[in-house]
Amino acid sequence: MKKYGELVAERSFLLSALASSSITVAILAFMVFMGLPLMKQAGFYQLLVKPWAPYQGTFGIYPMIVGTGCISLLSLVVAFPLSLGCSFLIATIAPKPVSKGLRRLIELMTGIPTVIYGFVGIFLLVPYIRELFRSGSGLCVLTAALVLGIMITPTMTLFFCDSFDRIPRSYLTAAEALGASRTQKLLYVILPCAKMGMLNGVILALGRAVGDTLVALMLAGNSVRVPGSVLEPARTLTAHIALVIAADYESPEFRSIFACGIVLYLFTMMVTFLVRYLSFAEGRRD
Amino acid sequence: MKTRIFEKFTVVFAWLAGLVLLAGVCLLLGYLFFKGHASLNLSLIFGDTPPLRALLLKQRVFEGLFPAVAGTFVLVVLSIAWAIPFGIATGIYLAEYAGPRVKRALDALFDVLSGMPSIVIGLFGFSFAVFLHKHYSDRIGPCLLISSIALSFLVLPYIIRTTQAALEGVPLNIRLTALALGATRLQNIFLVLIPRSVSGIMSGIILAIGRCAEDTAVIMLTGAVASAGLPRSLFSQYEALPFFIYYISSQYADSEELMQGYGASIVLLFLCALLFVTAYGIRKGLSHFVFYRP
Repeated sequence: MKKYGELVAERSFLLSALASSSITVAILAFMVFMGLPLMKQAGFYQLLVKPWAPYQGTFGIYPMIVGTGCISLLSLVVAFPLSLGCSFLIATIAPKPVSKGLRRLIELMTGIPTVIYGFVGIFLLVPYIRELFRSGSGLCVLTAALVLGIMITPTMTLFFCDSFDRIPRSYLTAAEALGASRTQKLLYVILPCAKMGMLNGVILALGRAVGDTLVALMLAGNSVRVPGSVLEPARTLTAHIALVIAADYESPEFRSIFACGIVLYLFTMMVTFLVRYLSFAEGRRD
Repeated sequence: MKTRIFEKFTVVFAWLAGLVLLAGVCLLLGYLFFKGHASLNLSLIFGDTPPLRALLLKQRVFEGLFPAVAGTFVLVVLSIAWAIPFGIATGIYLAEYAGPRVKRALDALFDVLSGMPSIVIGLFGFSFAVFLHKHYSDRIGPCLLISSIALSFLVLPYIIRTTQAALEGVPLNIRLTALALGATRLQNIFLVLIPRSVSGIMSGIILAIGRCAEDTAVIMLTGAVASAGLPRSLFSQYEALPFFIYYISSQYADSEELMQGYGASIVLLFLCALLFVTAYGIRKGLSHFVFYRP
């Protein structure tokens, strides 16, 4: 009797594990299934490189891909130095109580809802950018990238700090014994050792930036053109999905959002496997 | 000499970066409170309706945030209710039963799922609703049920990961004692390992609640609308706080509505901060007080 119960429990654990993991596969399957008619008609590769021109019958998502790329790379440019500095502060430079407090604060910052970043961005930053550059409405690539950069900084900082924490204690004591100052320890021991982990952090933060919807949707202006400069509006893949959803179910416009979904999915998968590979390589080196 | 300057520069750079980030956060929060503190009172939530009558569902609230707060609450409860059993069971399987090869494959799948942009999960939920609508029943469209299921997909990896990590963190001697005394594997899990790792699992669940409460991308595709009143059934559309904030930011008609938007942002911010601090406290060991049994 007891044996039977054990078996049932084990089977149900296995079943729920299979059910949860099949979600990942089911999402991709659904996207492909729904997007197939358009892809058959136009070809997946063609969709990726063609412009968006509904009146000429092409529904390429090239402008959205470029928009996503610009905004997320620019946000990395904002976030990387900030995170680097903050993680330096937390790791060695700041005195103990300050660094502890800063770390708590940054952990808390990861919990701020995205929609609030967007909301404050609209009413605080957008008018300022409009006044400063005197061009357009202030809803542009730059605005979105600035807010997105502030938003991903906490995550990136925490990844950096984690990779600093993984360095063997003995390395640090050896450096201290040789008379290295705190800054020297950071620059010549911690930083070279943590390079791999930091690369992981940057990649994961890039994933977050690409996957974020609300900030780009609220701040980037959403025009379907390839942006010519950082002061022009753009539309990201995620915002495109959110905006087109209202159209009718059979139209090619509607089908095109599944192409966006597939691109985002594949990108996520790439990021995940790259990070897994890098951490695996890092683990083996030690 | 050159290296000395480089080191000095590094220190200055680090403090500067810290200050910039702090200034950014203070600006964000300060602006929100400066603009929105005036709207923080009971009529923000309940409008002109007496709070007690609104809470007892005797009178509809038209002017306040009450329907949105209620929608978010129901949504969070439902999604967590779907996610907890599957999440914990899967965590247990990964930590205690899975062989190394199966574990690696499942780990990879859950990593992909946890990195998935929430809009993609929302799109999945939406197309699932469309699929059901076309093939089964006209009555099913984007609704509370679909939203909560999609949200539970979003937070499932959090619960799985924290459960797995908490179970794997139990020290070996405790893990083996009950087995050595003749307990079965299942008894060991439920009577020894899970009570030991309750705080880890709880903090994961609370983080998942926070994620459910703040996510906007999933619900805007799967049934949140601007005015629906209180959620009536699983198959009805509903209002939610984050969607309300998004909606106000693009469609506000007058300064009064805008003030409501500020108020809603502050409420949502407090809610998320509270959940976050709770999760943190539990992980830090407050659980000994909360779950203390003599």
